Amino acid sequence: MNWITRVRNSLSRIGKRETPDNLWIKCPSCREMLFAREYEDNLSVCPRCEHHGRIGAEARIVQLLDPGFMLLPAPRVREDPLLFRDSKRYPDRLKTARANYPFADALTHALGAIEGQKLVLGVQDFAFMGGSMGMAVGAAFVTGVEAAIRERCGYVICTAAGGARMQEGILSLMQMPKTTVALRRLKAAGLPYIVVLTDPTTGGVTASYAMLGDVQIAEPGALIGFAGQRVIQDTIREKLPEGFQRAEYLHAHGMVDMVVHRRDLRETLAQLLDYLRPAAKSA
Amino acid sequence: MTSYLEFEKPIAALDAQIRELQTTATDGGLDLSSEITKLQDKSARLLARTYSGLTPWQKTQVARHPQRPHFHDYVGAIFTGFVPLGGDRLYGEDAAIIGGLARLGNRRVMVIGHEKGHDTQSRIHHNFGMGKPEGYRKAVRLMELAGRFGLPVVTLVDTSGAFPGVEAEERGQAEAIARATEACLGLPVPMVATIVGEGGSGGAVALASAERVLMLEHAVYSVISPEGCASILWRTSEKAAEAAEAMKVTAQDLLRLNVIDRIVPEPMGGAHRDPLAAAAALGAALAEELDALSVYSPAALLQRREDRFLAIGAL
Repeated sequence: MNWITRVRNSLSRIGKRETPDNLWIKCPSCREMLFAREYEDNLSVCPRCEHHGRIGAEARIVQLLDPGFMLLPAPRVREDPLLFRDSKRYPDRLKTARANYPFADALTHALGAIEGQKLVLGVQDFAFMGGSMGMAVGAAFVTGVEAAIRERCGYVICTAAGGARMQEGILSLMQMPKTTVALRRLKAAGLPYIVVLTDPTTGGVTASYAMLGDVQIAEPGALIGFAGQRVIQDTIREKLPEGFQRAEYLHAHGMVDMVVHRRDLRETLAQLLDYLRPAAKSA
Repeated sequence: MTSYLEFEKPIAALDAQIRELQTTATDGGLDLSSEITKLQDKSARLLARTYSGLTPWQKTQVARHPQRPHFHDYVGAIFTGFVPLGGDRLYGEDAAIIGGLARLGNRRVMVIGHEKGHDTQSRIHHNFGMGKPEGYRKAVRLMELAGRFGLPVVTLVDTSGAFPGVEAEERGQAEAIARATEACLGLPVPMVATIVGEGGSGGAVALASAERVLMLEHAVYSVISPEGCASILWRTSEKAAEAAEAMKVTAQDLLRLNVIDRIVPEPMGGAHRDPLAAAAALGAALAEELDALSVYSPAALLQRREDRFLAIGAL
């Protein structure tokens, strides 16, 4: 099955409930047992402790966009140019990741609207190889931005990634300037760029497109940072401060504009897109 | 005196023998010159053979060699009239990232780079070349200044990575790196970046998003240190040599992948064996690159830079 078939198959599934009614899950934060269905209806936020669970690209797109959106095809890229192998071959890792995943790689785009405001929405999914940024993510990002420029609408991305995809070595690092080139073009076209930082967003993703938004939103409790906590701890050999690298901590340090509860995200984005309407084209 | 790396032990042994013979010759008034010359030839041949076949992990060690020339060594040898400019005007001065006005021949330029330091005291002062947000923000400030006055930007990249610390995170390390990358890509003047030692991850790319990227012959450039990659993918940092091999970190690999544009040859046995010769080669390469770029309009330079990064990884 190639990715196009998978996208097509997933399309019919999008919006449909898959969770059986009687399934219980445990909140990863407060350990409360929750009805899976209730949890899902609450946008995967724990009704008791407000922990924002990680959600996939499909769920996110359905949650945020008005019905009638269109998924954008994923661009093709060179696969495994380094012939990378650790304990497994990189193509085998990709194959495994794709076997349980509806899309081609970690970043998926949809063209649609939020309360009537047109936008291109990118969703990076931690479930696909830790959301890691490689050539496929970089190329998808460029495609998403190009679609926004073509459609003269805003570009919104929900980020989630452990960082760069190590199996692509330096080529993953090169996605930092590559995505930044795309953003320069979006800016030049007078279009807004809104970033929603979700749990977790770290490494090279944070150090490139995830921190260049015109408006920076973070989901409550999301881990957001450049360096990993273990690396920092090994460097400073001290206990990390309370709430370090969490959304609220970044907000207190002036690194994000706002921390927004998932239930208010649609409305916030709609409002921002309305304020930041594309600048009129100069004659 | 050169300090030898682990894989240079056989060369070290020969060199020790040579010194011993030299001492014996001087002390005893003996003529051992033919033996000494023979050994010197042997040592030179062994050095040449070793350095023509360095593995990626050995190159990583050469790139990190404590005696490898750093920013100040290159600036002192290549440029004249260096006027260092300090501070980001927001928080502080970061000694890990140095920049200022300088002349390369008769060309006025802005030179920016990481400085690792050369002894314990200076290494601590320069934070081992690991930049903090204020360093990257200073770089942005200097790039903007260069842009306004039409000064080409030359960067010398040499860092294991941006500083991973609490205060760096608090002050927005990720944002500072992202903005520095963006500043590189928006420069209306020529920009030539050279990886002179270690090009470590985002902390390197923030000063290396140029239309021409050079690498010294034994420099390395990677998304994560080989130790870091090994500890994540192999679950032990002891597999660093394998990780270095798999990641393709060498100048020779990166030229083939079109990630860099030119390799600057180093003196036999690495830049640390003859820092002045290394600097001379780099200076000549930089002069050539800047002259070649001087014909382009600001718009053409921006276009070249954008095309370069958009093309990486294209089918």
